[in-house]
Amino acid sequence: MTGSPVLEVRRLTKLFDQVVAARDIDVTIATEEVVSIIGANGAGKTTFVNLVTGYTHPSGGSIRFRGQELVGLPPREITRLGVCRSFQMPQVFSTMSVLENLMIAHGLSDRGRGAGLSALASRDRVEACAELLSVYRIEAYRDRPAALVPQGVRKLLDIAMATAREATLLFLDEPTSGIATEEKFAVMDIVMAALAERKATVVFIEHDIDIVERYGRRVLAFHEGGILADGPAADVLGDARVREHVTGRRRA
Amino acid sequence: MATLAFIVADGVIYASWLLIVAVGMTLVYGVMRILNVAHGSLYALGAYTAATMVGAWFQRGYAPLGSFALLLVAALVVGLVMGLILELGLLRFLHGRDEVVVVLATYATFLILEDVIQLIWGVEARPAPQPYSLLGTTTVGPLLLNNYDLALIALALLVGGVGWWALTRTIAGKLLLAVIFDREMAEACGINVRRVFLVTFLIGSVLGALGGASTAPMISVSRGLGVDVIVLAFAVVVIGGLGSIPGALLGAAVIGLSRAAAVHLLPQAEVFAIYLIMTLVLIVRPYGLLGHERLRKV
Amino acid sequence: MPARDRTGAALAGAFVVFVAAGFFLPSWAVSLVILSLARGIVALGLVVQFRSGLVSFGQALFFAIGGYAVGLAGLKLRLTDMIVLTVIGVAAATLLGAGLGFLMRRYREIFFAMLSLGFSMLFYGLLVKTETLGSTDGFNVPAPTIFGARLSALATRTLLYDLTVAAAAGAALAVHWYLGTILGRLDTALRDNEVRVEYLGYAPGRVIHVQYVLGAALAGGAGALTAMAVGHIDPSMAYWTTSGELVFVTILSGTGSVLAPFLGSLVFGLLQTYALQYAPSVWQMILGVALLAIILHLPGGLWSALERNRARA
Repeated sequence: MTGSPVLEVRRLTKLFDQVVAARDIDVTIATEEVVSIIGANGAGKTTFVNLVTGYTHPSGGSIRFRGQELVGLPPREITRLGVCRSFQMPQVFSTMSVLENLMIAHGLSDRGRGAGLSALASRDRVEACAELLSVYRIEAYRDRPAALVPQGVRKLLDIAMATAREATLLFLDEPTSGIATEEKFAVMDIVMAALAERKATVVFIEHDIDIVERYGRRVLAFHEGGILADGPAADVLGDARVREHVTGRRRA
Repeated sequence: MATLAFIVADGVIYASWLLIVAVGMTLVYGVMRILNVAHGSLYALGAYTAATMVGAWFQRGYAPLGSFALLLVAALVVGLVMGLILELGLLRFLHGRDEVVVVLATYATFLILEDVIQLIWGVEARPAPQPYSLLGTTTVGPLLLNNYDLALIALALLVGGVGWWALTRTIAGKLLLAVIFDREMAEACGINVRRVFLVTFLIGSVLGALGGASTAPMISVSRGLGVDVIVLAFAVVVIGGLGSIPGALLGAAVIGLSRAAAVHLLPQAEVFAIYLIMTLVLIVRPYGLLGHERLRKV
Repeated sequence: MPARDRTGAALAGAFVVFVAAGFFLPSWAVSLVILSLARGIVALGLVVQFRSGLVSFGQALFFAIGGYAVGLAGLKLRLTDMIVLTVIGVAAATLLGAGLGFLMRRYREIFFAMLSLGFSMLFYGLLVKTETLGSTDGFNVPAPTIFGARLSALATRTLLYDLTVAAAAGAALAVHWYLGTILGRLDTALRDNEVRVEYLGYAPGRVIHVQYVLGAALAGGAGALTAMAVGHIDPSMAYWTTSGELVFVTILSGTGSVLAPFLGSLVFGLLQTYALQYAPSVWQMILGVALLAIILHLPGGLWSALERNRARA
């Protein structure tokens, strides 16, 4: 299922003074792949996502998205190019309603630079966003302020906002963290189904290996800032070094 | 080059009382994140109280040198009383509110106190020049310096020095620094932040009042004192860096000297010069010349 | 949305009422309303900024620019048409606001407030030391004309009043529309989560820049109207206490509606008139107590009290 490369990362390095947060990372991700990133805390997973999405600047290396160099661009430019992300701690507009949150995301995805002076709550937009809310099964909360909805709903809202734009490449940072174990699969089902329709390339960071096994076809295992293993899920999860440093010695 | 000597002398004297006032203000901001506009009122209250006490003292014919002690007493009383009233009566209810809203609350307090001062002391000036002439003069080259001014410089250096030493070398000071850097962590480590706040605010208030009390013999203690001072203290603190005592020293020096230069060379440019410097500093180094960026927690 | 219709209708109604009242109100009341509505226009700009969590401690800068633009246009260019002068005031302030905005957009919270204060005091300092502009005394503004005709003092005053009411209604309507657009709603979004705005593909700084220019334009127009109404301009228009008054009105009014700043400004104006007449020595104290009361007990301003009552009714 290899398509043309969507993301090409070469020799990506990031140093915070003496701490090596990213060590010479080389990765290529192709269109419509679903990749899972695993690794212990501090292994550099979120740093990697931060680097690609422009939150931090690398100390060295290059990041090419469909051939375009991303290093040096501010996050908003990178977003406009089609690289979107959701956050580990959901980043939402706390005093605005769930629907409004989505409408803002939708409104800003409309036309490139001119987000502007068109009405926010136009009939079309309200409909489109209500539709998106029901895809993510959170339409019941549409009029509640985002700060007052359950954590899981806020998580889904964050993801929905990230997908409001027709994103080509989507990074999901721990999409199921903070969600009760019984609900994790349900949530991931919803998210993945919604994304499959879009033909988006998805990269998600996860700690829960069950989720990784079920949804990640390819796995990147991070360790101490570098990539320890990269390949099909079964191979990587069975790799001895990955067992030692990331997943722990588990059932055979 | 006599003018230069005058400028430096005047500048240093201005800088001295500005420093005493500014240290209080910057300390309160550093620890409590409160930009206290009412600090100007504390200055005015200190000045008026000192003037009244000194006036009464000399009227009764007590020992002249005792008036110096009176100035300090006035500062202490005003600082402690007003400090307690403000912190316990108002500021603790604003804990956690947006910084700018707190500034507005202190501005409201300033407005109230301005009228209170006028109600108590009326509109006429309260001169208290007697202590100013008690210490004699010193001649340095073309300069005829009043020893009171020299004492003021010494006082300022004492305040700055003791303040800096106390912050960096004593345990209490280190507690304060901890709160300045990270309030939440400090609290998590068991530091009683509420008490630190109260003590800090009292110290700051006393210093503000001390600024007023110590300069009362040198100036015309009259209406609008607070307004003028707060504008200057504000510029000093912003230039030096909010929360930095060495910054307050630098800021006071800069403002003091600029003001002296303007007064001697181009009088109408006084306000302009001060604000030009402040604006330039804000543009180039928003955290002040010696301040540091607060780490944003994400 | 029903709320929008109500605002439009309320504005239309208020416009009619005010214009009609202009013919019956005594002269002191007419002046009071002109000055209050002008102040309300400035506060409208501040309300928009406040929704993003920003407070400008130096809005008096643009207010004074508007006033001095009128004065200079009258003095040097012999322009006295009241509509032309108002446009000049708006234009001058907008230009400066657009320029300064590039700088201001990078600041937040207390630094935004301090820098805005700095610029306004800079202008004040400039005005005070400029002899040709009358230094601290300022100078008088020639009487305004309308479409070339110089009318009687009463007619001029009434026309200026009508112009102000129209400007206020127009400004309120424009801002109301703006707040319904994506850009307008971004101000609250910005306050809630700036990082998210950036990650949705929009520059937060641009939102602030637009708001800043909007505030400048409004303040400039208000300054022009005030200068013509008072007939005199002086540097105090740029002093920090003027900015303080404007901020006070903003807090007093609350941000709940575009009508709020006008309500707050009228209340302020009435309070000021009566206080200065009957209790001038405690006027500042009254202001201070009122401000504290709002901050502590009614953070949403007078408007929120109104809404609460209406909800209960």
